[in-house]
Amino acid sequence: MKKTGAEILIDCLKKEGVKHVFGYPGGVVLNIFDVLYDEKDVKLILTRHEQGAIHAADGYARASGKIGVAIVTSGPGATNTVTGIANASMDSIPMVVFSGQVPTMLIGNDAFQEADIVGITRPCTKYNYLVKDVKDLAQTVREAFHIASTGRPGPVLIDLPKDVTAGKGDFIWPEHIKIRSYNPTYEGNKWMIKQAAHEIAKAKKPVIMAGGGVILSGASKELRELAEITQVPVTMTLMGLGGFPGTSELSLGMLGMHGTYYANMAVQEADLLIGIGVRFDDRVTGRVASFAPHAKIIHIDIDPTSIKKNLRVDIPIVGDVRHVLKDMLKVIKEDVKEPWDAIRKSWLKQVKAWKQERPLHYTYDEEKIKPQFVIEKLHELTKGDAIIATEVGQNQMWTAQFFKFDKPRTLLTSGGLGTMGYGFPAAIGAQLACPDKLVIDVAGDGSIQMNIQELATAVINKLPVKVAILNNGYLGMVRQWQELFFKERYSHTHLESGNPDFVKVAEAYGAVGLRASKPEEVVPVIKEALKVKNRPVFMDFIVDWKEKVYPMVPAGAAINEMMFDEEKKEEKKLKAVK
Amino acid sequence: MRHTISVLVENKFGVLSRVSGLFSGRGYNIESLSVGETIDPKISIMTIVTTGDDQIIEQITKQLNKLIDVIKVVDFMEIDHVEREMVLIKVSPRKEDRIEVLKLAEIFRGRIIDSGFSTFTIETTGDEGKINAFIELIKPFGIKEFVRTGKVAIAREKAKK
Ligand SMILES: Cc1ncc(C[n+]2csc(CCOP(=O)(O)OP(=O)(O)O)c2C)c(N)n1
Repeated sequence: MKKTGAEILIDCLKKEGVKHVFGYPGGVVLNIFDVLYDEKDVKLILTRHEQGAIHAADGYARASGKIGVAIVTSGPGATNTVTGIANASMDSIPMVVFSGQVPTMLIGNDAFQEADIVGITRPCTKYNYLVKDVKDLAQTVREAFHIASTGRPGPVLIDLPKDVTAGKGDFIWPEHIKIRSYNPTYEGNKWMIKQAAHEIAKAKKPVIMAGGGVILSGASKELRELAEITQVPVTMTLMGLGGFPGTSELSLGMLGMHGTYYANMAVQEADLLIGIGVRFDDRVTGRVASFAPHAKIIHIDIDPTSIKKNLRVDIPIVGDVRHVLKDMLKVIKEDVKEPWDAIRKSWLKQVKAWKQERPLHYTYDEEKIKPQFVIEKLHELTKGDAIIATEVGQNQMWTAQFFKFDKPRTLLTSGGLGTMGYGFPAAIGAQLACPDKLVIDVAGDGSIQMNIQELATAVINKLPVKVAILNNGYLGMVRQWQELFFKERYSHTHLESGNPDFVKVAEAYGAVGLRASKPEEVVPVIKEALKVKNRPVFMDFIVDWKEKVYPMVPAGAAINEMMFDEEKKEEKKLKAVK
Repeated sequence: MRHTISVLVENKFGVLSRVSGLFSGRGYNIESLSVGETIDPKISIMTIVTTGDDQIIEQITKQLNKLIDVIKVVDFMEIDHVEREMVLIKVSPRKEDRIEVLKLAEIFRGRIIDSGFSTFTIETTGDEGKINAFIELIKPFGIKEFVRTGKVAIAREKAKK
């Protein structure tokens, strides 16, 4: 029996095991939406903006490890997805986006709502397709899901002209798939792995630097084993947080621009740096020429283009992080028998001394809510058992610093692109993927207004996403730079006068709105929010607008050239207020 | 260093822009580019001439290899090979120079493929040096127009394993 392209598409999604699709309708995707009307197995979640749909699909993917899927219309619908797609691309998130397109015979004619989305998204997708014939549809969808989720994952876009979704064909699902020019390398070179294992044994001051690749490849267990056996301290990039337990003795927390003192010091002193699933972003390395100056560098990554891109590497290992770590563990257990505790003793002592010398720090205040205090309380009251999304800015960095992530896929944050407006829709996606989990978005008052309309999506779907707005009345991170580097000329970063009453906004959408203006209100507000089970909650925390993120490595400096909070000497102990 | 890189790709629409977009998006320069089908009509071959230090060339070849439609990348720098390009030159010599131009064309194994009252169009192929020399010598006689293809390259048989 012949089926329409739209029916074939939905059949394909079912074959791929897709349960949720995020999207927004329009003229040229009506055939698809019409099929979805009666569909039970594939549920469309209507967002209020296409960018929201893509970020939701992205959050869904990050939280669950499955592929995020979105469907949007042509022209403006498709162009609205570009930020979300670029965001997913930078962070290597598996995603398939379907965009409607004008009928094939009108393509290139400046037809109504036409945009060359395949052209527009070429540089920010892993791959993209224009399907010109319904008979190619199933094969294309199969390939797209395969490409999106294998190798270094990434977003794939499929452009579907209206006549293709309306046209009829047979549904033939290709069980096997082979793309001749696409063969990711999973196994690392055995000889190199052996070399690396021996370097780890030889090193006096080794540091592991774990990135998002650890989480994407599901290698947390192997990483932990490696670190624990060989007694090597682990620092993580923003994308790597949760890949190794933040509460472990061996954890150095995050490194880089807003990394911990001890992580940055350890890297700069190290004689061996083991980069695992990282791409040595400039926010992490600071001035590249001065990065890890004494270290031999081992770099493990599935993407050969990441290796030696901006850093010299002594032992490059191309392969899937989990496979490589498994092999490396084998070598270490069988061939490399070192008295690990003894040979690491003095290095770990040094690391501990750095930790004690300058722990992450802020000054508690009786009058004003310190944003870091809110994050600490969130961690405490949830016992760390939550999925945390963030927006971008100070809120993101404080979360990275003060919420000790212990498990992978519990931090959803826009690492590569730094997209304000990512966190809230991503949290919605995560909540759908993990209905039994507590999901919290930590936001700034600026960022939350980038996709605040998704409150409707959360309310309609009864999603109890909690949003903690660290409301400082400013585009805080930009203000921080203006304060430090632009003589406090706060050019266009003041938001307070135009901010809405976030409690009322929440209520207007049918969500719960709560506010804390004083430190003692923080805990009751969080507790109240945690009780809400079937609706989203906005927690509006009026925080000290002057607070800055420290330590800070100024752009272009080496990562041990850190600036610290000048108020340290007035430190009052947090214990006093518990 | 200057490299001639040949890239075997799936013959699909959009592939050329993926390849050229890779170069422009990363700030690499393409000096010349030529594309054509191979014996297998499903596969095309691109010959790209580009410059960069070792690190850039390594990135370029890795990035090309990473593109989904790329089947194989060969950097001819590492391989004994032959290179050719072609040029079409329209000259309008003075009457007394016409013989001289024809002689020059002959020396360079050029062929006259069109002629008018006062012009010849000469075709010649060769490696870059030869083409450059030919253009330089013809120049004084008045070049009206000329077009030059990108380079094509192929490995020498004995160099193949
Ligand atoms: C879409 C987008 N536009 C602009 C920026 C630049 N930017 C980075 S941080 C920031 C300020 C964020 O302010 P807010 O959301 O209030 O968070 P805070 O830093 O105060 O925690 C801006 C404007 C960005 N990252 N993303």
